[in-house]
Amino acid sequence: MRKYTPKGNVQKKAKYNDRFWVAPSVARSDYRSDKHFSEVVEKLSKEVKVLDSYVEIGQLVVEIEAEENLKALKNLKSGSCYEMCSELSAVDYLSQSGEFEIFYQLLNLKKSKRVRVITRIKRGEAIESVISIYKMANFAEREMYDMFGIYVNNHPHLKRIIMPDDWEGHPLLKDYPLEGDEFASWYEVDKIFGKEYRDVIGPEIRDQAMVDRYDTQRFARVGKEVPFGSNPEKADEAQTPVSYSKARFTNYTKGSKELDKRK
Amino acid sequence: MAQHQVNYTSSGGLPIVLTSVDKFINWGRSNSLWPLTYGLACCAIEMMASGASRFDFDRMGVIFRASPRQADVMILAGTLSKKHAEFARRLYDQMAEPKWVISMGSCANTGGMFNTYATVQGVDRIIPVDIYLPGCAPRPETLQYAMMMLQKKIRRGSANMKKNQKQRFV
Repeated sequence: MRKYTPKGNVQKKAKYNDRFWVAPSVARSDYRSDKHFSEVVEKLSKEVKVLDSYVEIGQLVVEIEAEENLKALKNLKSGSCYEMCSELSAVDYLSQSGEFEIFYQLLNLKKSKRVRVITRIKRGEAIESVISIYKMANFAEREMYDMFGIYVNNHPHLKRIIMPDDWEGHPLLKDYPLEGDEFASWYEVDKIFGKEYRDVIGPEIRDQAMVDRYDTQRFARVGKEVPFGSNPEKADEAQTPVSYSKARFTNYTKGSKELDKRK
Repeated sequence: MAQHQVNYTSSGGLPIVLTSVDKFINWGRSNSLWPLTYGLACCAIEMMASGASRFDFDRMGVIFRASPRQADVMILAGTLSKKHAEFARRLYDQMAEPKWVISMGSCANTGGMFNTYATVQGVDRIIPVDIYLPGCAPRPETLQYAMMMLQKKIRRGSANMKKNQKQRFV
C-alpha cells in the first residue's frame, strides 16, 4: 500500500504556491526548415499580412490580422489544400494584454500537416464568421460566443450552444468563478420554484468534506445517535457530546509498528 | 380460536387470507415498482445493466417504463446539469402519485466531483429523494439493493401517502 500522507487541509491549500509561476513555453523553430511550410507561408503572405510565423511541435503557427481571417483561411484551403478545420475557439488573455486570441486549427489530409492560424481581437470586438469556408465553424463559433461572449459577424444562428439561453455570463472567461456567480448558484431554484424559494432550499453546499453534526437527516452522530430528523439544540452538546475515541483511528504515517499494535 | 370455522376446501376452493388494507396496498405497490427509463450520465450505463439479463431487474417486478405517466420510481442516474434540472423536475411532476425517487451515484447525491457552476449540487435541491445510493458509479447489485430498500420503506409506511412524512418543498 502507498504510504499515507495527511490530507487535513488539502482543500484549502492552493495547488501552486508560487503566484508568479509561469508555465514554460514550447520551443519554437524556424518554418523555413520545412519545405512544405515555407511554401504555405509564401503563398499566404502574397495575399494577407503575416505578422508572425513559426513551427511549434511540428505545426506551423501563423499570426494574421483579425480583419483578414476569411482571406487567410480561403488561401490556405484552396492554395495549400488545408481542407479540414478541426478546431476553432478563443483563449482569454484579457488580464495580460486585454485581448482574446482566436485560433483556427487546420489539417491537410493529404500531407498530414497542421497549421494553426491565430489572430488577436480586443474585448468587445467582433470577428467575421468563416462558415462559408468551413461548415464546422457553425457550431464552433456558437460555442466561442457562448463561452467567451465574442460576437461573430454574419453568423446565421448566433445563439448559445451549451449553456441555457437565459444564462448570464460567459463561463470560460478567466474572471468567471469556477463555482459560479450568484446567478449561476441559484439558477435551477429560480427557474423551477421562483426566487421566493431560495430561503426554503438554502444555498448550495460546496464543501464536500463538510459534516454538520446538528444535521440528523444526512449525518449519523456516531455513538450518540438521535432519531432521524430530530433537531438537537446547540445546548444539547454538553449532554450528548460527540467525541471520537483515539483508539479507533490509527496514525498510518508513523509506520508499520503502529499497525502491529492495533492487531 | 376462530369463532367461525373456515372451510378451505369448500367456497370454490379459495383459501382466505386476512390482512390489513395498508399491507395489501403496500404489497401491491412494492412488488411492481416501475422506474422511468431516464438516464443522465454514466450511472445510466449501470442502470441499463441492472435491467438487462445478467442482473435482471424484471425478477423483482421492476420494469422500466418509457413514459412518466406509467412510472412509479424516478432513478436519477448521473450528473444533473443546471440546464437540465428544469426538465428533470418536469418529468417528476408528470409522474402520477404515489411516486418515489432514487438518487443514484455521487453526482446525483451531492454534485460529486463536479464542484462547478453548471452542475446541480445534489438533486434533492429540486426533487424530494427517498433513497440516496452512494458510489461512482454504483454497481448494478447496489441499485438492486436500493430498490429492495425502497420496497422495505414502502411496506413499512402507510398506504395513505399523506401520512408518510416526506421531505417536500412544493
